[in-house]
Amino acid sequence: MPTFLRTHLTALRMLLVMTVILGIAYPLLVTGISQLAFPAKANGSVVERDGKEIGSGLLGQSFDLPKQNPDDPDEQAQPDPKWFQPRPSAGGYDPKSSGASNLGPNSEDLLKAVEERRAAVAAFDGVDPASVPPDALTASGSGLDPQISVAYAKEQVQRVAKARGVPAERLDQLIAQYTDGRSLGFLGQPGVNVVLLNRAVADLT
Amino acid sequence: MSATLAGWLQAIALVGALALCYRPLGDYIAGLLTSAKHLRAERALYRLVGVDGDADQRWPVYLRSVLAFSMLSVLFLYGLIRLQTHLLLSLGVPEMEAHQAWNTAISFTANTNWQSYSGESAMGHLVQMAGLAVQNFVSAAVGIAVVAALIRGFTRNRTDRVGNFWVDLTRISLRLLLPIAILFALVLAANGVVQNFHGFHEVTTLTGGQQAIPGGPVASQEVIKLLGTNGGGFYNANSAHPFENPTGFTNLVEVFLLLVIAFSLPRTFGKMVGDHRQGYAIVSVMGLFWVASAALITFFEHQHAASALQAAGAAMEGKEQRLGIAGSSLFAASTTLTSTGAVNSFHDSYSPFGGGLTIFNMMLGEIAPGGTGSGLYGMLILAIVAVFVAGLMVGRTPEYLGKKLGGREMKFASLYILTTPTLVLIGAGTAIALPGERAGMLNSGAHGFSEVLYAFTSAANNNGSAFGGITVNTAWYDTALGLAMVFGRFLPMVFVLALAGSLARQQPVPASAGTLPTHKPLFVGLLSGVVLIVVGLTYFPALALGPIAEGLR
Repeated sequence: MPTFLRTHLTALRMLLVMTVILGIAYPLLVTGISQLAFPAKANGSVVERDGKEIGSGLLGQSFDLPKQNPDDPDEQAQPDPKWFQPRPSAGGYDPKSSGASNLGPNSEDLLKAVEERRAAVAAFDGVDPASVPPDALTASGSGLDPQISVAYAKEQVQRVAKARGVPAERLDQLIAQYTDGRSLGFLGQPGVNVVLLNRAVADLT
Repeated sequence: MSATLAGWLQAIALVGALALCYRPLGDYIAGLLTSAKHLRAERALYRLVGVDGDADQRWPVYLRSVLAFSMLSVLFLYGLIRLQTHLLLSLGVPEMEAHQAWNTAISFTANTNWQSYSGESAMGHLVQMAGLAVQNFVSAAVGIAVVAALIRGFTRNRTDRVGNFWVDLTRISLRLLLPIAILFALVLAANGVVQNFHGFHEVTTLTGGQQAIPGGPVASQEVIKLLGTNGGGFYNANSAHPFENPTGFTNLVEVFLLLVIAFSLPRTFGKMVGDHRQGYAIVSVMGLFWVASAALITFFEHQHAASALQAAGAAMEGKEQRLGIAGSSLFAASTTLTSTGAVNSFHDSYSPFGGGLTIFNMMLGEIAPGGTGSGLYGMLILAIVAVFVAGLMVGRTPEYLGKKLGGREMKFASLYILTTPTLVLIGAGTAIALPGERAGMLNSGAHGFSEVLYAFTSAANNNGSAFGGITVNTAWYDTALGLAMVFGRFLPMVFVLALAGSLARQQPVPASAGTLPTHKPLFVGLLSGVVLIVVGLTYFPALALGPIAEGLR
């Protein structure tokens, strides 16, 4: 057999062996251990309410009013005042299209979107436009960010309390309960998990 | 705790963890690359594959083995992607077009992981784990194998043998990458990274809407994506996706993984050449650039000097709340200074100078610390250039670690250095000159130019991250960037292995009073200067048209 052919046959056999070990055995082993040791986390941290699955504790959701006309693709979704609102999302909180806006830091489109969001959020929550925190005005990287800043959660308390007829103090307590601090006390940034917070809010009324 | 203090503690914890691994991991890799003993399982594997594990190869044979293995990998992966609709666990994804499958197959084989597709809608689980993740392992191992051959060029004398590629590949894949991957895949899965074989799982949300929860063997792929400095996300949002990177803790683990091998390899180098101080000098230069870049990007992101970012009050566009600006900036600097290209935040929306630095990091050739193996051989080439420059200053024939750097050696080093700038500048220039390709930019003006420049810099340097606004799933971009990736990966390897062969043949010259000591701070300074001037300045005009123009606006 010519050397050229022999080298390629060796390469092919090596690739197939590596595929079996690293591409089949390795992920099966990790899946097996994960499913035995921490099945809830390995399966997407699914959360339930009244025995029904309502989402993942790690993935954000939208909390909009039902559309006036569900068949109209151009109709803008309106936020539902009864819920704490998440951050803007480039993909509408659809896990089938995760991702960011990718708009540049000087983009006219981004500038316009930020200004419109500031006015809309301030009017919606009944606060001074200057006080709206940055995370309420910017789309996240994943489009599935489950968290908002503590400041943005607190800003929404009066509006949710009014819409639901529940005491604001109770909502403040829930915010404290669903605030994730930094991991190990110093890694990352604190935030409030909107999905878990809203699930608790739904149980109030 | 204040955000500033937390940011500092995060950086200190990372540096501490990397420093702790430097000696044991570097020594372990050196052991793998020098030991004459084979494990029994490895002997069986060599018999099955048909190689003689005890026979070292000449450099052309070593090179041909690298190229044959990589070419077959491209073909195998291309076939797997094109046929995936007929395979298990394909989740009903549509058939991928030929140009995109070609681009993807090259991208993963070349350790780039440029993705013109979106993971959740274009890839079934089987291709992800048995195709893409396998290349994540072996392409990283190929990089380390090539640098091993180069180091042997320094350590061996009067021989034409630089090692056995198949042995290097096997040992690095199975004894270095696999055990670390198993351990950290479990760490990630325990913290919320998913690991299952489910497809999308529909649930009814709190408001009564529908949401599809994705599944997949993510943790096992996430860990090697970072450890092997590959960077291809299981999902489109990459490490920003909560299922790939759920907490501040997993974020630090991921940054650690993508740096740890590249930062430990200088120890391997020092150990193999028999002088640990040589390793410390190299790792100092790497560390210097990494610290400076991480600090500057963090500074520019906190400053957020750009109109839309000022209007929002912070540079949070494209960043996750749980990771914050410090955790995102550290990741951005590390991923572009290595050949990883995973992202936990979207560089397109970074401040002009912060995003510009991510481009500049890649332009430095990804050497601080660089990709697994490729970072060290890139830095050693620059060390050779630095010694040569010093030799010119004093009028002596330059030598590095006892090997003379003559015309032949300098030709290979120069060709190495010229390859990537040629690919980047010709590629980006052509794309900008063609009206159809120019229209692929999402943003306009200087920032749009930066998107194109970023794409070719990323492809030619085998990084794989992007200013993601640009539309690259076209036949032209898939082809052009595919060519940039394949030449950017394998041409430098040709020059490195040729250099290794040329060094191994020499009889070492004893050090004399006129020999430049390459383990002292003077050399660290000289090498840093060469990195900045030789590599950095090549791109200055292109940077001036893109991020610098935008930042000074």
